[in-house]
Amino acid sequence: MTRHFDLELKDLKSLLLKMGGYVEKSIEQASLLVIRREPWRFREVQASEIEINLLNKEVDHLCFCLLAKQAPVAKDLRFILAVVKINVDLERMGDQAVNIGYAGVDYVRRPMINITQEMSDMTERVRLMVRDSLDALVNRDVELSRLILERDEIVDQYKARLLDYLQDLMVHDRTLVESALDLIMIARNMERLADHATNIAEEVIFLATGEDVRHKGARLKEVNGG
Amino acid sequence: MELIAVKNLSAWFGEFQALKNISLVAERHEVVALIGPSGCGKSTFVRCLNRLHEEVPGGHLQGEVWLDGQNIYAPGVDPVNVRRGVGMVFQKPNPFPGMSIFENVSVGLRLAGISKRAVLAEKVEQALRQAVLWDEVKDVLKRPGTSLSGGQQQRLCIARALAVEPPVILMDEPTSALDPISTAKIEELIQELKERVTVVIVTHNMQQAARISDRTAFFLLGELVEYGKTDQVFTQPQDERTERYITGRFG
Repeated sequence: MTRHFDLELKDLKSLLLKMGGYVEKSIEQASLLVIRREPWRFREVQASEIEINLLNKEVDHLCFCLLAKQAPVAKDLRFILAVVKINVDLERMGDQAVNIGYAGVDYVRRPMINITQEMSDMTERVRLMVRDSLDALVNRDVELSRLILERDEIVDQYKARLLDYLQDLMVHDRTLVESALDLIMIARNMERLADHATNIAEEVIFLATGEDVRHKGARLKEVNGG
Repeated sequence: MELIAVKNLSAWFGEFQALKNISLVAERHEVVALIGPSGCGKSTFVRCLNRLHEEVPGGHLQGEVWLDGQNIYAPGVDPVNVRRGVGMVFQKPNPFPGMSIFENVSVGLRLAGISKRAVLAEKVEQALRQAVLWDEVKDVLKRPGTSLSGGQQQRLCIARALAVEPPVILMDEPTSALDPISTAKIEELIQELKERVTVVIVTHNMQQAARISDRTAFFLLGELVEYGKTDQVFTQPQDERTERYITGRFG
């Protein structure tokens, strides 16, 4: 006999995935805005954010009611707690896409800096991390989640390289300071998006195995003097 | 239009007033749970919905109970007809002794004047399927109803109630005598039943009310303290007494 509760959990998952879809779309539009210098795409980013915020509240409310009414345990409890956290991540990702949009709109009005390829590679990596983190959630895929954790490091390296380059550029060419500052803002937000995708992957590992893998990398770096 | 509308209902056992001026409505296809401590009046309330309360010595009441557009306490209404139209399931499964599984489910239909064997067989099967019991009993329909396990007996009683296709089924603590697995089955069943009937269920188990109902009514000392959507009652009750009861801080 199917549990009625399972149907409610399925609804919850669908809502979260719908939200993830808007987040992906929003990141894609914000990236294209910057890379192709198409400011009109900001409207798309803002439209997605409205949907993301509505879904954020809806998911929260459903989790709240399910916790109150179903007193979930074990796998069900881990799932709802993971959804509560992932919901926060996705909402923040929506905000970050908007931040990229704002900085992008400013950037396209200023002199261009030729880092299109580097920026394009970074945003594509981030977008894939977000997509994979949601796929990992759907399939409770631990292996994919662990790969996402590794890919976060690569995005961090992209950001570091971009920041070095842009700082250097600002010292040598004062006419590009404002453009460089916009791109620094964009790169930082991109890197934060990858962090949120990493959070989702960590939640999936917890959900599937009960293992808490958060903060392990940071601890290791600290010990190794990294 | 609402299926059940209770207006200013008060009920007594002799001098003792068990219900105080209760008004409540329930829509079609809803599960309404009645919760509250022992002696709060929830069972009395449910027994007023099918005119069982007046069968208790000294039992009498005031007010109106409208069921499907009819005031069941209007002069001239036959209480026996009312009870036929409202299924009831009790705490302890009570299949009719001496009757087979088939006879237990078909007895209400026979009383309603259906005698053709083929029609009876079809309706019995339908009711047993709706009660999610058919697969377990289809080959043993001639066995006594009392030969089934407790959980199966309770589902048999639900099938018996469903057979006459009532708009409402009342349940008075239908799982309190059952083990957890049978309880889970009945809970799932109740949520499926609401596609066909409105279920009013009295339960001591607050979590059960939370799990399965659409609306929850909290009774205390004969009063209806709070009645609202279950989502709201269990997340943001409006009355401090409800809050204290559902969080276990009562008394």
